[in-house]
Amino acid sequence: MARTEPAAVDTAAPTTTPEPVPPPEETAGRGALAADLRAVRVLWQREVIRFGRNRLRVAMSAVTPLMFLLILGTGLNSALSSQQDSLRDFRAFLFPGVLLMAVQAPAVAAGASIVWDRQAGFLRQMLVAPVRRSPLLTGTCLGGATAGVGYGLPILCLGGMVGIPYRPELVLALMELGLIAFAFTALGVLVAVCAKRPETFQVVVGLCMMPLLFLSGAVFPAGGLPGWLGTAVMANPLTYAVDALRRTLPGAGVSGLGTRAASPEWWGWTPPVALEVGLIAALAMAALAVATYRFSHSE
Amino acid sequence: MSPGGSGGAAVLAEGLRKDYGDRSAVDGLDLAVPAGRTFGFLGPNGAGKSTTIGMLCTLLRPSGGRARVAGRDVLSEPHEVRRRIGLVFQESTLDVDLTAMENLRFHADLFGIPRRQAVESIIDMLELVDLADRRDSTVRTFSGGMRRRLEIARGLLHTPRVLFLDEPTTGLDPQTRVAIWEHLHRLRREREVTVFLTTHHLEEAEHCDLIAIMDEGRLVAQGTPAELKAVVGADLVVLRTDDDEAAARAIRERLGLDADSFDADSFDTADLDTAGLDAAGLDAPSLDAAGLDADGFAPDRSPGGLRLRVPDGAAFVPRLCAAISVPVHSVTVTPPTLDDVFLHYTGRTIREADSGASPFAGIAPRR
Repeated sequence: MARTEPAAVDTAAPTTTPEPVPPPEETAGRGALAADLRAVRVLWQREVIRFGRNRLRVAMSAVTPLMFLLILGTGLNSALSSQQDSLRDFRAFLFPGVLLMAVQAPAVAAGASIVWDRQAGFLRQMLVAPVRRSPLLTGTCLGGATAGVGYGLPILCLGGMVGIPYRPELVLALMELGLIAFAFTALGVLVAVCAKRPETFQVVVGLCMMPLLFLSGAVFPAGGLPGWLGTAVMANPLTYAVDALRRTLPGAGVSGLGTRAASPEWWGWTPPVALEVGLIAALAMAALAVATYRFSHSE
Repeated sequence: MSPGGSGGAAVLAEGLRKDYGDRSAVDGLDLAVPAGRTFGFLGPNGAGKSTTIGMLCTLLRPSGGRARVAGRDVLSEPHEVRRRIGLVFQESTLDVDLTAMENLRFHADLFGIPRRQAVESIIDMLELVDLADRRDSTVRTFSGGMRRRLEIARGLLHTPRVLFLDEPTTGLDPQTRVAIWEHLHRLRREREVTVFLTTHHLEEAEHCDLIAIMDEGRLVAQGTPAELKAVVGADLVVLRTDDDEAAARAIRERLGLDADSFDADSFDTADLDTAGLDAAGLDAPSLDAAGLDADGFAPDRSPGGLRLRVPDGAAFVPRLCAAISVPVHSVTVTPPTLDDVFLHYTGRTIREADSGASPFAGIAPRR
């Protein structure tokens, strides 16, 4: 299918109106910003409503991370602790990764909504509204972040089961989760904008998620890994998401496995949590920017 | 001239074209739709109707030419155009996870309608399309007709000057189709909206004030349904007798007419043209017989029988029966249909055109 020019969305020339303007008309500037914010809110609201309406999906999507936590965690825990007393609770170690998994599914689903909306035509309906295209994506990402937090929160509340104490740091962890969910949605949106068909989207996401998760230090410590594996883990942005969560969450069990350093190291230096968070934020922004550019210059 | 006001053209296109590579989906379209009318855009699948709508609605950038919708230029003022148009797509574009009310409210928000005003007009619109009692049901539970009605309501929510409907009744059962048309008529009466719709159902075009026929990216005819039919002019008289040959001979000798039997499949548009233009009356009938393709026109009739084109078919029947001596089984008189019009201008029936068209209507032009 031939690519076509955008309908001059961003190039909307400063409107020179020779005729008297009808009253409900919005002028450029403040009105345009208000329109953008409205569009962001509409899209955010839509994701939130869909999230709230789909309780079954909420429950179901909590199952996989919980299985990881309870089955894999407990199984490996007993296997490891029988050999080595110095190992702390593996389930607690697994907890940040499990949180990440819980957040990832709804966030990517929000990104996927772009693809489905394109398929269903809802996207076209939005594109014909007198709003710019970038707020549509921003709103979707915020919606995905909110949904992600909504999915992550119940899991976070279960932290007590694996020995995570209920302390105020959990709020910080929740905020990090929100940012991570935003980043996931932004990446999902980026894939969605590039992939024209839902099948392509699913293939790409299916292909990426597993390796990204395994190479993130979610299931084994990210520090001091051999050669190629270490490099891959260092290059994986999820590594820093997991590590930031791990270092924010309270409780001794989370922070490491045995004597091995759980955090990634850059030539012997461990980046501080703030930098890790900044990295994720930068990644999210970059993904959103590229997606917005592609989105504004297509169709 | 106020934008989209009465007297002005609600939709104006000059030399509008859209090329995909070296193919032209729309090839130099000139169009003027007066405000307040219902305009039907006719053509087989892939004729370029959806592409045209896409350009008029600022979704597609024209490769050439100009267009103004509701008084605004689609290229230089896309947002102004969007504010003034409503659009109902060929495919359903509702969010099925949301309720009817929510779908409309989101739309109102996107168009920047103040909240209080939005709630009022949402309720109004739901009343108009008879969905007020289902406002809090999710769209997933709606039938095809209800969804279509909801989409029409949504398209009207921001009180557009022009409502574009791309194949509004495709995929709906006949009963729902009638209901949709009732709504559209009511709409035009109560809201004075210019309705611009595409269809490849010729019978639907009868509902329109004006129609234009598009084929392979070009406009081949436009006018009122009556005007277009007048071009074809003559009624179709189908005659079944004991001896068709004898009857045809009698018609030729006594009435000076050529009657074609059904198996004749040659078709000459030029003949029809004269038939239409010379249609002065029964006294001096300049009658040309047209052998229509039996498959295209009356597939359920057995072969045999004669076809004639005459200006006033009903008045012609007594003379016809008097003129021929063989026993007559039946005579049917059919006024010209838009199918005849389409055939006249494109040389094929719309069904034939459709069956040869690509399934990617509106996106990929034919050939």
